[in-house]
Amino acid sequence: MNNVFVYCEIEGTVVAEVSQELLTKGRKLADRLGVELHAVVAGTGIKGAVESQILPYGVDKLFVFDGKDLFPYTSAPHTDILVNLFKEEQPQICLMGATVIGRDLGPRVSSSLTSGLTADCTQLEIGDFDDVKTGKSYKDLLYQIRPAFGGNIVATIVNPDHRPQMATVRSGVMQKATYAGSYRGEVVYPEVSQYVSPEAYVVKVLDHHVEAAKHNLKGASIVVSGGYGMGSKEGFDMLFDLAKVLHAEVGASRAAVDAGFCDADRQVGQTGVTVHPKVYIACGISGQIQHIAGMQDSSIIISVNSDPDAPINKIADYVIVGTVEEVIPKLIKYYRKNSK
Amino acid sequence: MTLKIVVLAKQVPDTRHVGKDAMTAEGTVNRAALPAIFNPDDLNALEQALRLKEQNPGSTVSILTMGPPRAGEIIRQGLFRGADDGFLLTDRLFAGADTLATSYALATAIKKIGGVDLVLGGRQAIDGDTAQVGPQVAEKLGMTQVTYAQEILKVEDGKATIRRAIDGGVETVEAPLPLVVTVNGTAAPCRPQNVKLVMKYKYATCPSERPADDPRASLYAERPYLTLTQWSVADVDGDPAQCGFAGSPTRVKSVQNIVFQAKESKTLTASDADVEGLIRELISEKIIG
Ligand SMILES: Cc1cc2nc3c(=O)[nH]c(=O)nc-3n(C[C@H](O)[C@H](O)[C@H](O)COP(=O)(O)OP(=O)(O)OC[C@H]3O[C@@H](n4cnc5c(N)ncnc54)[C@H](O)[C@@H]3O)c2cc1C
Ligand SMILES: Nc1ncnc2c1ncn2[C@@H]1O[C@H](COP(=O)(O)O)[C@@H](O)[C@H]1O
Repeated sequence: MNNVFVYCEIEGTVVAEVSQELLTKGRKLADRLGVELHAVVAGTGIKGAVESQILPYGVDKLFVFDGKDLFPYTSAPHTDILVNLFKEEQPQICLMGATVIGRDLGPRVSSSLTSGLTADCTQLEIGDFDDVKTGKSYKDLLYQIRPAFGGNIVATIVNPDHRPQMATVRSGVMQKATYAGSYRGEVVYPEVSQYVSPEAYVVKVLDHHVEAAKHNLKGASIVVSGGYGMGSKEGFDMLFDLAKVLHAEVGASRAAVDAGFCDADRQVGQTGVTVHPKVYIACGISGQIQHIAGMQDSSIIISVNSDPDAPINKIADYVIVGTVEEVIPKLIKYYRKNSK
Repeated sequence: MTLKIVVLAKQVPDTRHVGKDAMTAEGTVNRAALPAIFNPDDLNALEQALRLKEQNPGSTVSILTMGPPRAGEIIRQGLFRGADDGFLLTDRLFAGADTLATSYALATAIKKIGGVDLVLGGRQAIDGDTAQVGPQVAEKLGMTQVTYAQEILKVEDGKATIRRAIDGGVETVEAPLPLVVTVNGTAAPCRPQNVKLVMKYKYATCPSERPADDPRASLYAERPYLTLTQWSVADVDGDPAQCGFAGSPTRVKSVQNIVFQAKESKTLTASDADVEGLIRELISEKIIG
């Protein structure tokens, strides 16, 4: 009872990375609260295939729902599973990815259980809350911290009286790590029909097509990112050249994506990917709040910008004042010359 | 088949163009400094609704919005583009609503409208960015939901076929009516306002938008379609305990302005010596390999 739950999302028999990131975070929250970490996964033909992708993150108990038509995901059967399981288990916290699935499922479950849900959290912490309106005090609530109002402010949201406290988190915001401590690792396989009503299977998936990601921006140790200052799609080719010699991945600002310089899946920032590389080279990026939100945790930030007062320069370790046309070829040239 | 379609549309502050004066010195949002607009994704939803209306003669499209009296503007903008009528939910009891209380209010109004086949909303609103209201309205009405729609391909024999964007791909699904669909901002853009409709509906207003002794009172008496429906909590038989702040499980504990830690940075020029110096430093410190 009152444990921390993570809903694990799958594609086929592969557990989504964002779910593993949340298991890692969930384990920390459970340790802090002195409760167990539980996980739930639902799909078709997943028994025996998903357990090893979930348990090592420190899961005390895993509920595997394996049944026909649970993959591809549709809203109603997965909602039934969570709602009925949560009625039995009474979790205090439930986390899921701020993915297409998580943002379809989370609100439906929260509405059914009349519990609050906070979307797109960037931080989750445990803390106390004094409600000034009612004068009541609460211990150990989940602080759901998220950017609001277009990223111009950060709000801390709590759900004082309703359980579970639900939150979604984007992929890449938390970092995954298997758990070194001890955990129970129990696995159960509940009977799907006990949880899902036959009427739930109303949506038919006629066609489901997912392509493997073309890049590993999220996990890259060096990211070279281009902004509107790259000037054109051809300008971006220069970045791909630099990325190739540095064994880096290419990222972009939203202005660059909107201008068509680069594919949308490379966007870094609040509404894109969050990256944590060793080195982040920002080329022709001004550094608006929403972009910085996705790369501020990079160990070393290098800015290449013709404007010495670009906001990104304030958080950069190295600022090269100059045009990208001049500087990027030199970075390539001198890296080639000096490496090995 | 003829369809009764409701489009959920929200009036939002234009957070995409936040200037320096949009934040007060205390770090709160200065809503007055931001223009109020039709939530972008909701325009994409309206376009899908208007297309369905064209494909299915006899269908109707109604705009449903919850907000202060000035949100009547959203209904007018919908009428200018081809919607048939609109409903404004406005009442002090609706104020302070989080997504759950908002969806309760919208769902109650949809029940009151009655016989609705399709509810279309935007995927998300740019002020809250939650994308929660659509699915929560669906749950409250016990309706099937399809989110992240790119295009409603057809509605036939009581079923809709919808193409939707999923993470890293696309999916086509078939779902029975009645149905709630949320539409992405990347779906087809909304048609522009139609001049004839602007002429027709220019003075369409909700009662609460009108001054006490309205000079146009006789016009409204003559043309009933210029009076937009306005509902309070009581009008939709709502439970005040589930509306507004009272009906919201979430509380905002605190709000902070974002301040990034400025670092001590080394400033270099684009000269060969500076660039090569930096590269050597990064290599010798094993920062790059
Ligand atoms: C709700 C919301 C969410 C958002 N989410 C994101 C997000 O996830 N990611 C994101 O990036 N943005 C996001 N944005 C947009 C963000 O506010 C900025 O508009 C965007 O990051 C600006 O991109 P930019 O720095 O490339 O362009 P600009 O601000 O136009 O900056 C271009 C920079 O290039 C420099 N430059 C120009 N020419 C050259 C040259 N030849 N050589 C070198 N430098 C040059 C200029 O000095 C300038 O600093 C979001 C906005 C909102 C409202
Ligand atoms: N107050 C409101 N009035 C009408 N529709 C709304 C309201 N709030 C949210 N919606 C609808 O729900 C969608 C998602 O909103 P949100 O969950 O706030 O991101 C919006 O795009 C609208 O279609």
